[in-house]
Amino acid sequence: MTYIPISPKERDAMLETVGVKSLDDLFDAIPVKHRFPKLNLPPALTEMEAMDELSGLAQTNENVRNDLVSFLGAGMYNHYIPSVVDHMLRRGEFYTAYTPYQPEISQGTLQAIFEYQSLMSALTGMDVSNASHYDGATATAEAVNLAYAQFRGKRKKVVMSPGLHPQYREVVRTYTQGMGVDTAGDDEAGIGLSPEAFADQVDDNTCLVIVQYPDFFGRVYDYTKFIDAVHAKGSLVCVVANPTALAMFKTPGSMGADIVVGDGQPLGIPMWYGGPSVGFFTTRKNMVHKMAGRLVGETVDNRGQRAYVLTLTAREQHIKRERATSNICTNQGLIALGTAVYLSVLGKKGFRQVAELCYQKAHYTATQLSKVKGYKLSHNEPFFHEFTLQCPEPVTEINAHLLEHGIIGGYDLGQDYPSLANHMLIAVTEMNSKEEIDAFVEVMSEVSHD
Amino acid sequence: MNTPANLKYTKSDEWFDPASGKTGITDYAQNQLSDIVFIEIFVEAGETIEAGKAIASVESVKASAEIYSPASGKVAAVNKELPNKPESLNTDPFGEAWMIQIEGGSAGEVMDAAAYEKYCEERAH
Repeated sequence: MTYIPISPKERDAMLETVGVKSLDDLFDAIPVKHRFPKLNLPPALTEMEAMDELSGLAQTNENVRNDLVSFLGAGMYNHYIPSVVDHMLRRGEFYTAYTPYQPEISQGTLQAIFEYQSLMSALTGMDVSNASHYDGATATAEAVNLAYAQFRGKRKKVVMSPGLHPQYREVVRTYTQGMGVDTAGDDEAGIGLSPEAFADQVDDNTCLVIVQYPDFFGRVYDYTKFIDAVHAKGSLVCVVANPTALAMFKTPGSMGADIVVGDGQPLGIPMWYGGPSVGFFTTRKNMVHKMAGRLVGETVDNRGQRAYVLTLTAREQHIKRERATSNICTNQGLIALGTAVYLSVLGKKGFRQVAELCYQKAHYTATQLSKVKGYKLSHNEPFFHEFTLQCPEPVTEINAHLLEHGIIGGYDLGQDYPSLANHMLIAVTEMNSKEEIDAFVEVMSEVSHD
Repeated sequence: MNTPANLKYTKSDEWFDPASGKTGITDYAQNQLSDIVFIEIFVEAGETIEAGKAIASVESVKASAEIYSPASGKVAAVNKELPNKPESLNTDPFGEAWMIQIEGGSAGEVMDAAAYEKYCEERAH
């Protein structure tokens, strides 16, 4: 499609209207000597030289594909990505995708988003999914917007579990600045509370309670009774879920959650340098008019053929203006497509196998580490592929030692939770072989002998 | 365009029935909005409201509109069936698709049917 913004005739008419002769006249305000200042740049490189320089720089990076073994998670996870995911993403039809306003020329993109939405609804056990958000943290903040709008601003408190990702809690606080929303509940003292005890924080001014599944410390709770207790107080519940865990655990939808969000990175998206990622957002049908973001629906065209279109646009900001519940309509189309390709390639069985491998390897790692003198598992609750380990030395020192052996250690929980100094959050996925796990445990035990 | 003579009308295209206290949107409004797919009523029975307060939000396939109360008074009843049948706003805006009933209501700035018809005609040009 050609895009010609202006014809010479139109340009002349515009110049005449504003009263100048040429385009250059518009720059008269800038003194000639400042228009093209001499820049202190090295001489231009040939493509060959530039490639040499850039690959030299790239080689100083170390990555988890070739150089390092990783036991770091805390929101981003190292999973195997089938090669077909990248092949699909690099197709020009998808790679340059823009908002598919014109369904007659965008059926491929629209269908891809529709498939993504269907997969996310099935995974979370919810009725509807939007076309995605930037990442798990922004999707969580959008859940607050939805809940706040659902009660028309009459309930102003959001209760967040201390087991919700610390960065997600920060993003929620950033989003709600100036809205008059009160955020509460995430005191460190509450880390050891059961969800049922945590429900006591909910009052009749609470519009939303946010919990994580598994929580930031890796613990898996059945939130069914908790959600019932919160509902009895009239508040909505948002569950922030790890999508891989949903392959083997009960869905938040079946526990009664009103909103289920999370980060889609574990579904076939590389960790890159911490992003870009994709945030999934699913909810109940009765709240779809308050949901932010794009939504693709399936319909039939005037010849009775199956067709896909953007739907429910009347709730979006370009129509609702200041009455829209969110000003975000952007979705991560390309990355959302990556997750859809990943899930469809793995299939229901394959995806469950990934989850089971993560589960079993993480439990093997936890068992081995708990046998090492000086280390202790912090929690007794069931966990998925991540767990909290009490260490005999500061986590930064242990991690420095691990890195000398080519291993990225776990997340230092002390940086977010002062009471958890010397506590490491360890993630294990299908990518960690038994040999790697044994080597990891061995190096960890060297530290404890110091 | 249907404009029942017994009703009063607002500039924002709501109707008010001084006899029953019921209110809703006009035939002109539903025609402008086209196919209505969603209605949410913000107020509840028992609430006291002022004329001009937003009482509902309507979404059609291509637009969204706030509905304002044409009268002040106490909300005696809310049409709970309406959110399940938003299409009735297109088919029967003065009957089945009433939104709320205002008790002891005093109408705000309203006009009679003849004046409203003229007002709609003016906007058509």
